[in-house]
Amino acid sequence: MTIEFRGVTKRYGGGVAAVDELSLTVPDGSMTVFVGPSGCGKTTSLRMVNRMVEPTDGDVLLDGRNVRDIDPAELRRGIGYVIQHAGLFPHRTVLGNIATVPMLSGWSRRSARRRAGELLDTVGLPAELGSRYPAQLSGGQQQRVGVARALAADPPVLLMDEPFSAVDPVVREGLQDELLDLQRRLGKTIVFVTHDIDEAVRLGDRVAVLRVGGRLAQYGTPADVLRHPVDDFVAEFVGKDRGYRGLSFLSADALEVGEVSTVEIGSVPGESGEWRLAIDDERRPRGWLAPASTVDGPLVEADLVAGGSLYRRGTSLRGALDAALSSPASLGVVVDDDGAAIGVVTARHVLDVIERHSTNVTATSRTANVTATSRTARA
Amino acid sequence: MIAEAVAWFGDAANWSGPGGVPARVLEHVGYVALALAIALVLAVPVGLLVGHTGRGAVLLVGAGNIVRALPTLGVVTLFFLLLAESTPAAVVGLVVLAVPPVMAGTYAGVQSVDAHVVDAASGVGMRGMQRLWQVEVPIALPMVLGGVRNAVLQLVATAAVAAYVGLGGLGRYLMDGLAILDYAEVVAGALLTAALAVVLDLLLAGLQRIMVPRGVRLAELTTSKGPA
Repeated sequence: MTIEFRGVTKRYGGGVAAVDELSLTVPDGSMTVFVGPSGCGKTTSLRMVNRMVEPTDGDVLLDGRNVRDIDPAELRRGIGYVIQHAGLFPHRTVLGNIATVPMLSGWSRRSARRRAGELLDTVGLPAELGSRYPAQLSGGQQQRVGVARALAADPPVLLMDEPFSAVDPVVREGLQDELLDLQRRLGKTIVFVTHDIDEAVRLGDRVAVLRVGGRLAQYGTPADVLRHPVDDFVAEFVGKDRGYRGLSFLSADALEVGEVSTVEIGSVPGESGEWRLAIDDERRPRGWLAPASTVDGPLVEADLVAGGSLYRRGTSLRGALDAALSSPASLGVVVDDDGAAIGVVTARHVLDVIERHSTNVTATSRTANVTATSRTARA
Repeated sequence: MIAEAVAWFGDAANWSGPGGVPARVLEHVGYVALALAIALVLAVPVGLLVGHTGRGAVLLVGAGNIVRALPTLGVVTLFFLLLAESTPAAVVGLVVLAVPPVMAGTYAGVQSVDAHVVDAASGVGMRGMQRLWQVEVPIALPMVLGGVRNAVLQLVATAAVAAYVGLGGLGRYLMDGLAILDYAEVVAGALLTAALAVVLDLLLAGLQRIMVPRGVRLAELTTSKGPA
């Protein structure tokens, strides 16, 4: 289902605009992330889709149909809604929470609960959690239940308002991966709100950067926004690391994988003047054996220096560079889909590939630089 | 004095007939129950409405305070003079006493439901009444029942005023005892009133345990245990 904002404005009490003339289209089956500092109207914009907020001016259309013409309760039952603190009903069990919308839509209790059980599985929660209460769940689990509740009636549209910002970073990353996976499987049209540009570029097919006062600053693919910010505000907002983050969108196909000497755990390593990669019997990397280290007898894990991040072949240059930079041997370990080591890359190799990429885009980025300089001069 | 009160309780004559303890206790409970029922009918809908819509809270709290300031004995006397009827006068006085705690508890309970939960309820497509009955009321129950318990305690203590306008109840022992300077009877009446209050409160505490949804109780435990 396509979502279209057409000149949407929201003013509170006739004063300043919270959202100002917002016009953009979220194509069917894609995820658009609204991102911006607090006060940029991103949440207000999201809430105008399911009429939790009514626009002062302009229209929101779902597949061409004005949401104004749809009864709010009916509209909302057809749109999944996930909020920051999950907002689970404390008096209902997990299954009861997930079954809420089907029950409201008049399903029988039995089919609603069966559907809720399926959804537990969809969001990666074990079935025995179904009879627990929200107070007995961790923050990450609550958020998953929130997503399951939103998906229960299989709505074509999902609205997610900072759903992961209250959970810790490790859990958040897991939830983001699962959302991407879910999106690939279910093909929902998703509007996602966050203040975190990393989260935005990681999740969005498109990113809408909003500035304070509710004006759309830029709408484009994450790579586009990172590499060609339209103005100082966007450049500032996407941050100092944007060059590094932009690597996420560069393919590492041209990267050559070098050879590395390996030594298997349990074997007698002997002497060597160079870093050697320790692997297990399935060639999975376990760590590094430092040059000139002496090992008595067979190699055990305690003899090793911990390795850096692993770079899975076929993913972006960002991972490749990080693998090289985080490795004690300055050699980034490349693994295949099964996690077996197939070679190494150096930061030098990765930079060469990056430079070859950037010669292709120099023309455009130079124009962008000129604009940025002239603005700075005026300020 | 204690010995006299004990002797009073030991006198079989005080345990039978229309003036006996069982009959008086029943009368007393009767006034409390009637006043409470009327107060619930009046106060709960108003408390729910104000809590649900968020409108009229200032008015409700202000009115509650004014009503609380009315002396029950004065109200009973006024209505007795106006109506020349004992029972309505006593019951009206007690209802006036019971309405504020019930109304405040109900309003505060609904109003204290987590804003995110209310937002989610509307966001998943609940209509106003569905949100009220399916979400706000179950979560508000502990505070609603807390208000009811408050009201009952005050009603039990104050229902003695019924005796002031010639009715029965445990107040009889206080009034009659004072009139004939039989302090043992006064003490006995006071002890019975206090005991009744404790017993009724325990019963309501049990009811609260049964009625409050398990998840809401668990949520209260986690918040009170959680970091401040």
